[in-house]
Amino acid sequence: MAKKLGLKQKYQMMTRGLGWDTTYQSMDKVYPFDKFEGIKVHDWDAWEDPFRLTMDSYWKLQAEKERKLYAVIDSFAQNNGHLGISDPRYLNAVKLFIQGVSPLEYMAHRHFAHVARNIRGIGPAVAAQMQSLDELRHAQTQIHTISHYNKFFDGIHEWRHMHDRVWYLSVPKSFFDDAVTAGPFEFLTAISFSFEYLLTNLLFVPFMSGAAYNGDLATVTFGFSAQSDESRHMTLGLEVIKFLLEQDEANVPIIQRWLDKWFWRGYRLLTLVAMMMDYLLPKKIMSWQEAWEMYYEEAGGALFQDLARYGIKEPMSAAVARKEKNRLSSEAWAIFYQYTHAAAFHTWDIDEEHKAWLAEKYPETFDKLYRPRLDFWEKEAAAGRRFYNNALPQLCTVCQIPMGFTEPDDPTTICFRESEYKGEHYHFCSDGCKGIFDNEPEKYVQSWLPVHQIFQGNCGGASVEDVLKWYRMNLGADNLDFSGSPEDKFWSEWHRTASRAEAAE
Amino acid sequence: MTRNVSITLQNTEDARPIIEAIEADNPAAVVVQYPAMVKIDVPDRIVVKRDSVTERLGRDFDLQEIHLSLISLNGYIDEDDDEFVLSWR
Repeated sequence: MAKKLGLKQKYQMMTRGLGWDTTYQSMDKVYPFDKFEGIKVHDWDAWEDPFRLTMDSYWKLQAEKERKLYAVIDSFAQNNGHLGISDPRYLNAVKLFIQGVSPLEYMAHRHFAHVARNIRGIGPAVAAQMQSLDELRHAQTQIHTISHYNKFFDGIHEWRHMHDRVWYLSVPKSFFDDAVTAGPFEFLTAISFSFEYLLTNLLFVPFMSGAAYNGDLATVTFGFSAQSDESRHMTLGLEVIKFLLEQDEANVPIIQRWLDKWFWRGYRLLTLVAMMMDYLLPKKIMSWQEAWEMYYEEAGGALFQDLARYGIKEPMSAAVARKEKNRLSSEAWAIFYQYTHAAAFHTWDIDEEHKAWLAEKYPETFDKLYRPRLDFWEKEAAAGRRFYNNALPQLCTVCQIPMGFTEPDDPTTICFRESEYKGEHYHFCSDGCKGIFDNEPEKYVQSWLPVHQIFQGNCGGASVEDVLKWYRMNLGADNLDFSGSPEDKFWSEWHRTASRAEAAE
Repeated sequence: MTRNVSITLQNTEDARPIIEAIEADNPAAVVVQYPAMVKIDVPDRIVVKRDSVTERLGRDFDLQEIHLSLISLNGYIDEDDDEFVLSWR
């Protein structure tokens, strides 16, 4: 009987054996995109996939993951699992997830398929092909899981339509559009390394653990099912960087520039996650600052020490991110609190217990800088004057977030930066975003900025209501404060009848 | 300088023998429990041994089954039929 192949031999035969050099057409014609970025690769065979996963094992493992996940989703729906969450306000994090993140999973599916086709090394092509299938699975499982909540809660019904139009969703959308309009190596550095390796832990790990803590069986199950693929994606990211750095010294400055750019792009996008963790989760497991320290400063720090031998430095703006870690979530919450009439999720006044938690987690900033503002808004709301800001905000041309961030060394002054290009002025929230624009102005002058588009008359009309209808928001249900919303009423009513039934027993 | 490598696994029945095997084979492991997950940090190197998991599981364990329970990791991977290793080289 023939001896069974070892893992290393099997990987060699079932991956490398799939590649060939074309002869009817030149390789450069068949692979037209993998040279123009200036990246030099001399030996694709030096590529080593550390997981050594082959397609046959891949199908088997993924099928098992799907069976487990769909058993949970089915049982969750059958047993009215949505009633088991800690607090209906929690669901607003899930709304933000389906509106902002799930469409990116689908984009990742499409673009990894493109990269798999257009990179001539067979090792990374197979890894990219698997990732493309993973990302499609993530999008599908997220849509299936969250569709159950759509039967009972608002703001989930038109996430795909909203993703291409709504002001705050242009933040994740423009991030990914930026990545897919880059060349294949920049895309891999952006998504596989900067995003998957350095930053997605912050979204999927503490946030999903928080979902478990808030009784959201469904989200934690798809979250960790996705994250089990994510470990493989992180490894692809790390391998890409190391491979490119080892192939040619000329690659080093190109990679460094991409790292500086995509670290900052990804970090700015995670502003939404910082707010989810510190403000949207009713039961909390760790603060944004703690997560940042654990997953970026410790884990990323160890990695950048290692990459130093290639001449790679920690991304330029990491020092600014470090300064912002004790204020990011509060600055983001302030933006969404005042614009929640134009958002498809709710915000609310923060109760004393939650404020005490924020004060404990953020001793240097919360009581001094943010508690007074929350107290003031709470008083206004109690007096029947819940604050909604009716002026449209100025947006950063690069990250597209309203300009609500503060100076790195002064958390009481809003940070404004500006560049001039061909006689026009462009505005930025930070040196990080300004630097990105200044490197590639021709790209970012084309940004689809929601506020500019509204003023140009491209978003359904001139009034806020016209624009929200164009977004397909159900006014009075999807938007405004949680207090008094249909889901607030539905939840209290359900608990009232549930406790009446218990009392009658 | 010592740097930690790290692995995060789901807190499930499937992952328990893997977590126990890691604890047994890596005496310096620091194991922290979170809702739904377990994070394990070890200075320099973590090893997951196929035999240790098999022993605890009561059936033959294929190291690639780790994919079903894995949430996150930090460090370079080296994997063969008998050992799954994370380290800083």
